[in-house]
Amino acid sequence: MSDAAATSPALEARSLVKTFGGLTATDNLSLEVAPGEIHAVIGPNGAGKTTLVNILSGLMKPDGGAMLFRGRDITRLSAPARVKAGLARSFQITSIFRDFTVLENVMLPVQAKQGHSYRFWGRTDRDARLTGPAQDLLERVGLGERANVRAGDLAYGEQRQLEIAIALATEPSFLLLDEPMAGMGPEESQGMIAFLKALKGDYTMLLVEHDMDAVFALADRITVLVYGRVIATGAPDAIRNDPDVRAAYLGDDAGDGEAGADTGGEAA
Amino acid sequence: MNMRAELRNPATIFALLVMALFATGPFLMPALDEPFYVIVFARIMVWGIAAISLNLIMGYGGMISFGHAVYLGIGGYTVGILAFHGVTDGWTQLAVAVFGSAFIAFVFGAISLRTRGVYFIMITLALAQMIFFLSVSAERYGSDDGLNILSRSDFGVGFFDLEDQMTMYYTIFAVLLLALLVSWRIVGSRFGNVIRAAKSNETRVQAVGVATYRYRLTAFVIAGVMCGIAGLLQANLERFVSPDMMSWPRSGELIFMVVLGGMSTIFGPVTGAFVYLMVSDFLAEWTIHWHIVFGPLLVLVVLFARGGIAGLLDRKPARE
Repeated sequence: MSDAAATSPALEARSLVKTFGGLTATDNLSLEVAPGEIHAVIGPNGAGKTTLVNILSGLMKPDGGAMLFRGRDITRLSAPARVKAGLARSFQITSIFRDFTVLENVMLPVQAKQGHSYRFWGRTDRDARLTGPAQDLLERVGLGERANVRAGDLAYGEQRQLEIAIALATEPSFLLLDEPMAGMGPEESQGMIAFLKALKGDYTMLLVEHDMDAVFALADRITVLVYGRVIATGAPDAIRNDPDVRAAYLGDDAGDGEAGADTGGEAA
Repeated sequence: MNMRAELRNPATIFALLVMALFATGPFLMPALDEPFYVIVFARIMVWGIAAISLNLIMGYGGMISFGHAVYLGIGGYTVGILAFHGVTDGWTQLAVAVFGSAFIAFVFGAISLRTRGVYFIMITLALAQMIFFLSVSAERYGSDDGLNILSRSDFGVGFFDLEDQMTMYYTIFAVLLLALLVSWRIVGSRFGNVIRAAKSNETRVQAVGVATYRYRLTAFVIAGVMCGIAGLLQANLERFVSPDMMSWPRSGELIFMVVLGGMSTIFGPVTGAFVYLMVSDFLAEWTIHWHIVFGPLLVLVVLFARGGIAGLLDRKPARE
């Protein structure tokens, strides 16, 4: 962690706590994400990964603790205000506007970025200030040809891409990605890994992911959650060899872990 | 919102026929020896305006207000009470109706929009009932019996005199056109995008940086004002206001007109109002027990014609 101390973290969680009834989903959780890095958060089912993303994105209020984004305390900031500050998220369960076209899906964050939406008269479908940047972004993520398709009619993999495109359209500096490979086949996952790799450098990312191949291929550092607690944080190699982690998590699906080790080696 | 696609489908053609009927009504119906229908059309158009306003929040915004008729009451009683005190100036009445319904919609919206689903429906109903009981208890203004309006709104323009039945009719028609235009433009605007998006996925709208509450509240106020103006027209048309015009069955009828015509379509509320009121009129002429027929008819529509008339005429499901 000495390197993280040198530059101030892009995002910092301090002793976050969140309970649901008797269940502690987030248990005194602290982590730091350095600018420019991809920081993966892994953990078995029910480890509180999505809860963490919900808290960091402001959709859920923590019961205790604090969050700092680029040095600024955002603990009391609403979800929309955090997006305006440059902190965007994607959802594990695809959360797009299914009845909107692909283009309209991306136009909404574009218009949000351009200020308030108290404009009651001008037609958005003829507003080049909206359609232009939205179309550009779709080209960038490889959905350019699909702009006028109803989002609900996209193939699943494309919907996952759109999910990320919506987050990118808010022009964030930081991406909170909640299982971007969720529900994808191996081939689609490879495509998403390549896509996220291409984004690396432009965005700092916190990547919650189940897919070990993806994690070891992408992550600069990994935090392991079990029952809402951080049991280890470190470089992929250190995490892979950490006995606690192996016992708590990687042991469960050693096959994935081995495969991930190979891919991880290539990335490093 | 794709206007061009909507113009091509049979539901829109039906709607345009209805609009043509409204446009020519005062000439056509007497020629067909059915002069009574002129006033019926005028009534339907007023309901159409109110239904358009409800469609803005319910159809496009997913806010199922079960108290929307209260704004008919606000607009209506504005005319009634001001006229009772000798203030017949149309501009004053219009200003009070607009600001009055905006204020009530703002307060009611601010409270009810903090809830969702069934709670939202119940709170909008309860708040509307408050105003309803206020009007019932206002003995000075006729309580249950209502209040006669001796003189229609006077806008002080020579050729524009609402006392003239033809002027009254075409004023309502013009406001109906305006309401259609306003709803079409709002739905396709940046504001409309936020409202429509928040209907299907509010969390996501917040997650792209839009604080949805304020936008939904603004939509609620716009709908309230539009319905308040319909109330002003209704009071003038009938020369009478009573608590009944804002009772909860009226709110229910408004919801039904919107559902019948086709939620989140521009013309749906107008065709819904037309079919609803024409059918109930027709059945009422046929038998005094018309509710026995009308009730099951409504149930059938809800069960088998999802998407309303628009959905029935246009086989592919209504978007948004």
